[in-house]
Amino acid sequence: MKPPAELATPPAPEKIDDPVMENPAEGIDQSAGDFTYDVQYDYDAGAGLTENTIRYISDVKKEDDWIREFRLKALKVFEDKPMPTHWATDDLNNIEFDKIRYYLAQGQKPKRTWDEVPDDIKETFERLGIPEQERKFLAGVEAQFDSEAAYSNVKEIVAKQGVIFMGSTEALKEHPEIFRRWFGKVIPTSDNKFSALNSAVFSGGSFIYVPPGVKVSQPLQAYFRINAENFGQFERTLIIVDEGAEVTYMEGCTAPKFSTATLHSAVVELVAMKNAKIQYITVQNWAANVYNLVTKRGLAHEGAEIKWIDCNIGSRLTMKYPGVVLKGKGARGEVVSVALANDGQHQDTGAKMIHAADDTTSTIVSKSISVGQGRATYRGVVHIPKHLQGCKNNTECDALLINSNSRTDTYPAITVRGDDHAVQHEASVSKVSEEMIFYMQQRGLSEAQAMSLAVNGFVNDLVRQFPMEYSVELKRLIDLEMEGSVG
Amino acid sequence: MRRNPDFRTTSSLHTNASLLLFTMKSLEIRNLTIALADSLEEPIVKGLNLTINTGEVHAIMGPNGTGKSTLSKAIAGHPDYEITEGDVLIDGESILEMEPDERARAGIFLAFQYPAEIPGVSIANFLRAAEQARLDEGENVDAAAYYKRLYEKMDDLKIDRKFTARAVNEGFSGGEKKRCEILQMAMLEPTFALMDETDSGLDIDALKVVADGVNRLRGENLGVMLITHYQRLLNYIQPDYVHVMYDGRIVKSGDKNLAIELEEKGYDWVKNELAAPATA
Repeated sequence: MKPPAELATPPAPEKIDDPVMENPAEGIDQSAGDFTYDVQYDYDAGAGLTENTIRYISDVKKEDDWIREFRLKALKVFEDKPMPTHWATDDLNNIEFDKIRYYLAQGQKPKRTWDEVPDDIKETFERLGIPEQERKFLAGVEAQFDSEAAYSNVKEIVAKQGVIFMGSTEALKEHPEIFRRWFGKVIPTSDNKFSALNSAVFSGGSFIYVPPGVKVSQPLQAYFRINAENFGQFERTLIIVDEGAEVTYMEGCTAPKFSTATLHSAVVELVAMKNAKIQYITVQNWAANVYNLVTKRGLAHEGAEIKWIDCNIGSRLTMKYPGVVLKGKGARGEVVSVALANDGQHQDTGAKMIHAADDTTSTIVSKSISVGQGRATYRGVVHIPKHLQGCKNNTECDALLINSNSRTDTYPAITVRGDDHAVQHEASVSKVSEEMIFYMQQRGLSEAQAMSLAVNGFVNDLVRQFPMEYSVELKRLIDLEMEGSVG
Repeated sequence: MRRNPDFRTTSSLHTNASLLLFTMKSLEIRNLTIALADSLEEPIVKGLNLTINTGEVHAIMGPNGTGKSTLSKAIAGHPDYEITEGDVLIDGESILEMEPDERARAGIFLAFQYPAEIPGVSIANFLRAAEQARLDEGENVDAAAYYKRLYEKMDDLKIDRKFTARAVNEGFSGGEKKRCEILQMAMLEPTFALMDETDSGLDIDALKVVADGVNRLRGENLGVMLITHYQRLLNYIQPDYVHVMYDGRIVKSGDKNLAIELEEKGYDWVKNELAAPATA
């Protein structure tokens, strides 16, 4: 099927001459990702979301009928579901769904070597340091540029073990049997308004399958890059780790700073079979105009372990509550999250732990930092039903306020029934005191350096759990943010 | 490089001291009046004069609430205090326009009476950041050399090396906090150390350790202002000069014997002496 002619014509890409857009209200230094290239898109679904948009995406991707149907149904669910502003921020109402472009790509087939990747896109990822990291410490990389992966490669030694790592677009074609079995099973379309939106227009994201007993020693990494203005990125990631296998997956994300809002709404589903282990690490550094509304959940079978490490530095509004459904006996779930809300930002993050078997254990550690008028919100769900035995949860959430007008909110929802469980919840709010800053200044540190050090100290015990490369990156990002926050 | 070399070389050239005292530096407190920033009408320190040269230890004694701590904090640039009159100069140049961190890099070190806790930041990382802050942009602390020096200083001060991994002052006992201050002083090698009630809250053993540390750091490149309420500390650190502070001023100065006299007669002796001429 050929895409409709009027949509196949690429619109004139908007040229951004000055990569450092003036936006004093935000005042955030995100220079690392703040650049853009004038890319010619061969495929553009245009602005607005209708059934035609979905047909266009399905046509371009030459999808099977079942996916097409899945998408159209999801669109209906998205349209029917109200915005969740009865509990979430009203800022959601400022998303202009009609102005967003839902699919932008140069092609559907990612390149296997960086040499084949078109120059502008290659340069984007080079500036972000991706090829270099790949050489140094990664088992495989997928680099998504707007709607599709531009590059995807997995080291031969890993591929030989039967590990599949590719873009979701490709995986749907090449491994439909595994894909279809788990797709939408951990996070159903109707889970929430944005999981429905993603289900309607999803494109890109990673697909990983690790065969039984295979322990992937180096991390697999995906990088998500938004390059276009008025664009929505809707990747769909599905990771299945078979019995006794292990994998670490890391994702990074950036976008240039545009004057209009951009939307990122991903769905990530993890499946850890019996005794499998998955560690999923995110360092989100979207530009301060990006709505980042993501649904992430893992299903842990007997004796399996799923750990989410989630760092949210950028974006205008992030709503993300990684969860684990502890389905099998003795399964373990963990969420470790760090959020930094600068002026004009709202990090609404947390975790969900759904205990559904005996002897399951979950841990939530959340640290948030609010700077200036930034707002950090923690929402946590812990659910332990009556018929279970021997379940444990430990929740700890700490908030650090930098300025007197900074804001933090905590909404824990812990439901424990039955009497053979152990649940612990601790929360603290602290402030960087004038005495602490003066003390550090007295030792020769500037005010900004002192702030940075205080913030790094606050998150230090969490960051130590991260892979080296990521903890260095996080420290650098915190330094940049704090530099901008002090007169 | 451990401290700001520019400051040392340029300022020492400006001193009008004799050739013999070429490297001597001075901290001059001139007619200093200090008030809390929110009550400028009621100064705490009222026109205080004092000059401390490197190589000298000046003890400042006095009853509680007489302005001793205020003096040291204001010199270091604490934002709660405002200097409404007078000046503080290092080798003739005023430091009052400098930020607290600039004053620190210019050689002022304040050993706090109540050091702040910095959760999650290890002593090793903190001191390294403080040394890094003294370097020019683009220069980096040499990690190996830094740790070598740090461990040497710790051995000198008889501090367990495991100490460096602990977060600065977090959960420290009173003695550990003071020892941590002395270690920082040893590493940062200031020109002038303002030691605010370094002996408060210490038992006799801790007091000896701290005094021993100060005595090791004493020397011709360091000037010390030793603030204390009790004479006890001065048994272990012999001051060159003793000043008695009362009601925001230095009312009596002398050598170490003054401290002993003070110990015998108590602060009332000074008070009465002051009151006498007024009632006469």
